[in-house]
Amino acid sequence: MNKEKYVEDLRDIKAIMNKSSRFISLSGLSGIFAGVIALVGLYAAYNVVYQNQDYLAYRKAVITYESLSLLLVIALLTIALAVGFGIYFTTRKAKKEGEVLWDSQSERLVVNLLVPLFTGGVLCLILLLKGFIGLVAPLTLIFYGLALVNASKYTLKEVRSLGILEIILGLLAMQFIGYGLLFWAIGFGGLHIIYGIVMQQKYGS
Amino acid sequence: MKEILKDLNKAFENKVRLGIMSALMVNEHLNFNRLKELLNVTDGNLASHLKSLEKSGYVAFTKEFLNRKPNTKYHITPSGQQAFKKHIKAIERLLK
Repeated sequence: MNKEKYVEDLRDIKAIMNKSSRFISLSGLSGIFAGVIALVGLYAAYNVVYQNQDYLAYRKAVITYESLSLLLVIALLTIALAVGFGIYFTTRKAKKEGEVLWDSQSERLVVNLLVPLFTGGVLCLILLLKGFIGLVAPLTLIFYGLALVNASKYTLKEVRSLGILEIILGLLAMQFIGYGLLFWAIGFGGLHIIYGIVMQQKYGS
Repeated sequence: MKEILKDLNKAFENKVRLGIMSALMVNEHLNFNRLKELLNVTDGNLASHLKSLEKSGYVAFTKEFLNRKPNTKYHITPSGQQAFKKHIKAIERLLK
């Protein structure tokens, strides 16, 4: 009776199940870059929102139609850069590990990520146009978190923890409306950088 | 002990067959090439093990055409699922 063989069998079964159903080439570097880009984008947005105001007086978030379009440009640029770097680093990692980037796993991952993300995005855009600016920051964090939790079934399990943290942060931001940019900085900047560093150390670039 | 040994399935003793079953348990279906790169085996080796699992009724396939190239998609059968679960349970009991 050879127990060793069966221990090894179980390990093989787990490894193959993981490898065949989860996309594991997500690069930690893309998390770090996404975080840094988010912070830069938020700094730019902060300057637009609080422009021409006295530093000493009570400052109010002012959003005019001009600044709104400028903010949307900043937002789109930030997202495009973050996603672009994410794809670049992940492609590089997949190549290094001899994995294919676009297969049924990554497809499932992206679809499951996009459904909640797209829903939240459209919802926030509607709220924004109706003037509920304060709700946008908390809701983007919540929907982003839900998207990550949903997609985590098809990738590294750490993505799930990141998603849950984003949801908690979003709910906190809903309680403290008015600190939206700060919560965004923590959620999209800070958490991404920390997540990226952790992943980098655990799985390499 | 004898009870457990009886539940261990001879069909899954082989590494490649064990790998095929593991991969098909968590995927709706996989094609030949995906299985090949996943298990890192040669065409002939994979084909012969797939055939033996088919014969046992644990694995089935469908053929379709993708850009005019034949694409064989393998999936696990209900009895295959049952047999594999039983096999894993038996291993776990054995190691307890």
